[in-house]
Amino acid sequence: MSARTRVQPVAGTLAWLASLLMFFPIFWMFLTSFKTEVEAIATPPELVFWPTFENYRDIFQRADYVAFAINSVIVSFGSTVIAILLAVPAAFAMAFYPTERTRGTLLWMLSTKMLPPVGVLVPIYLFARDVDLLDTRTALVIMYTLMNLPIVVWMLFTFFKETPKAIIEASRIDGANVGQTIFLVLLPLVMPGIASTALLNIILSWNEAFWSLNLTAHNAAPLTAFIASFSAPEGLFWAKLSAASTLAIAPILVFGWISQRQLVRGLTFGAVK
Amino acid sequence: MRLRHLLSGVAMLAASAGAAPAATITVATVNNSDMIIMQRLSTKWEQATGNKINWVVLEENVLRQRVTTDIATKGGQFDVITIGSYETPIWGKQKWLMPLDDFAASYDYNDIFKNVRDALSTDGKLYAVPFYAESSFTFYRKDLFDAAGLKMPDHPTYDQVAQFADKLTDKSKEQYGICLRGKPGWGENMAFIDPLVNTFGGRWFDMKWNPQLDTPEWHKALTYYVDIMHRDGPPGATGNGHNENRALFATGHCAMWIDATSAAGYIYNKSNSQVYDKTAFTAAPVEVTPHGAGWFWAWALAVPSTSKQAKAAKEFLAWSTSKDYVKLVGETDGWTVAPPGTRASTYDNPAYIKAAPFAETVKNAILAADITQPTKDPVPYKGIQYVAIPEFQAMGTQVGQLVSAALAGQMSVDAALKQAQAAVKSTMEQAGYIQ
Repeated sequence: MSARTRVQPVAGTLAWLASLLMFFPIFWMFLTSFKTEVEAIATPPELVFWPTFENYRDIFQRADYVAFAINSVIVSFGSTVIAILLAVPAAFAMAFYPTERTRGTLLWMLSTKMLPPVGVLVPIYLFARDVDLLDTRTALVIMYTLMNLPIVVWMLFTFFKETPKAIIEASRIDGANVGQTIFLVLLPLVMPGIASTALLNIILSWNEAFWSLNLTAHNAAPLTAFIASFSAPEGLFWAKLSAASTLAIAPILVFGWISQRQLVRGLTFGAVK
Repeated sequence: MRLRHLLSGVAMLAASAGAAPAATITVATVNNSDMIIMQRLSTKWEQATGNKINWVVLEENVLRQRVTTDIATKGGQFDVITIGSYETPIWGKQKWLMPLDDFAASYDYNDIFKNVRDALSTDGKLYAVPFYAESSFTFYRKDLFDAAGLKMPDHPTYDQVAQFADKLTDKSKEQYGICLRGKPGWGENMAFIDPLVNTFGGRWFDMKWNPQLDTPEWHKALTYYVDIMHRDGPPGATGNGHNENRALFATGHCAMWIDATSAAGYIYNKSNSQVYDKTAFTAAPVEVTPHGAGWFWAWALAVPSTSKQAKAAKEFLAWSTSKDYVKLVGETDGWTVAPPGTRASTYDNPAYIKAAPFAETVKNAILAADITQPTKDPVPYKGIQYVAIPEFQAMGTQVGQLVSAALAGQMSVDAALKQAQAAVKSTMEQAGYIQ
């Protein structure tokens, strides 16, 4: 038996264990969502119970889930499309026509992610108020685009760097302009990378809570605000909170599951030469 | 005939001209049982008035931050906000809220308990109307007390509570003598610690705003808390806030629990609690003084001065905090869940008294909680489990973290109080209270 064959089952088992460990909180939340509030707080936890749908029924009675979900979809997909459109030319320029300031610019872009959001809450809130953007999806799309743009540029820059420069030069010699080079030559080559970047951006936007809670009230509130409405420091609503959280993550979980092949392809893009 | 038609047409026109057009108001509120009931019953108000309500329901701390941002920047996102007795006088003084003393006579302001009205007023003006009010008292398991041959007094002392807790703790059965808040935060562990310190004779500040956290009274109170929790409290108490202790008590793991009176309805409800028929209630324990031994809190509704629908917002407040609303809740959802602690008429209602055996104890606890005289020695502030100044939220949470560290055994009580004193002194100097 070779060393490789001996290591493989161990690595596989470890991978399974790690996956189960990561999945357990989601599984427990899903399970709790079908318990009564009394069963949800029972110690030791009850593993065998008669499932109830009353939490889901109560949630649909109290809140307009569909309206929250539509806002989440529009905001996360909208901000992703705009971020990709802005990041592709930026990453293209930095990957294929770098200047002496390119590295510094990239690092500066990333450093903006280190600023605690609460530090700019008041100025941004005042700005949104003055331009009448409070409680609008537009405000969230703008915020998420700007917030995630550094990561999108970085990821696309890394993917573009993997593409041989000779291909770009050949297309230019053949008479392609910059637009044609990007859209007809480069993008088809790095499509898995773009797809995985877009997916990551959608997930980040979907899960973002700080700005969605602070800039929205009723009209533009996404699913993060929906979850917050079922949390309480004084009152036991753990089963309902679990049901609300299950409903909030369900769409993105299904979406991620459907697109996992694309995501893995993109994330390992260029890893094997 | 023609004249009659003409007159009735004119009358209808006049009536429609006089009627206010339907308005849409945005109400920001917290997620708790009482507010959930209000949200459901408010459809009746919508049907009666033609107005519409957009609800923004958020977790208490998120709501506090969200509403503070909006009101301080005059964002104008909300027409009705849910705030507590801590924020109301501060925001009222800033003119961020509209005065609410112009409701119709039928609203009967005098029916609202005076100390509740006072807590929501500043400079003699009422800036929020109470939805429900609470104090703190002692929940205890009468079956365990009977089995151990113990009798809970009407006004227990903390020394007696310690003796009871020692006798009733049986860790092998996961039965703990006492459950108290340990999770850090000004509204979490400090909501219990502040009344404890008050009744031990301590206070946050002297009359010149000098912090008093490294005094023997604070030391004695905190040592008592850490010792009793180590001897008789549940494991992992630093992670236990109101909810965790509520769950522990409701599932039969605590012999005593000193916490919010508003949880009595929950514990007494057999669909939530395994100890609904084994629980009794008594006053919050005292030590050297009864002043500030039980906390005071009111959840109230207010109208921000930026509201564009102030008239409809005030109409909604007058409805949702009225005597008729309390009656409506009692008749539709049961009297045990009627909003407690705000109106004398609620406690004059035989149906409520019959359904809620804890009612009299709750009323006495609320009436005994005097936020204007919260300590043995005089203080320059109002508030029992808080100090009604804007700086308190940050200071309270900082001290709460140190108390939690002492409970976890990461530092001594002495070290925690020394650090707390230094931190509070620094904040008060920066804020200009002391030089």
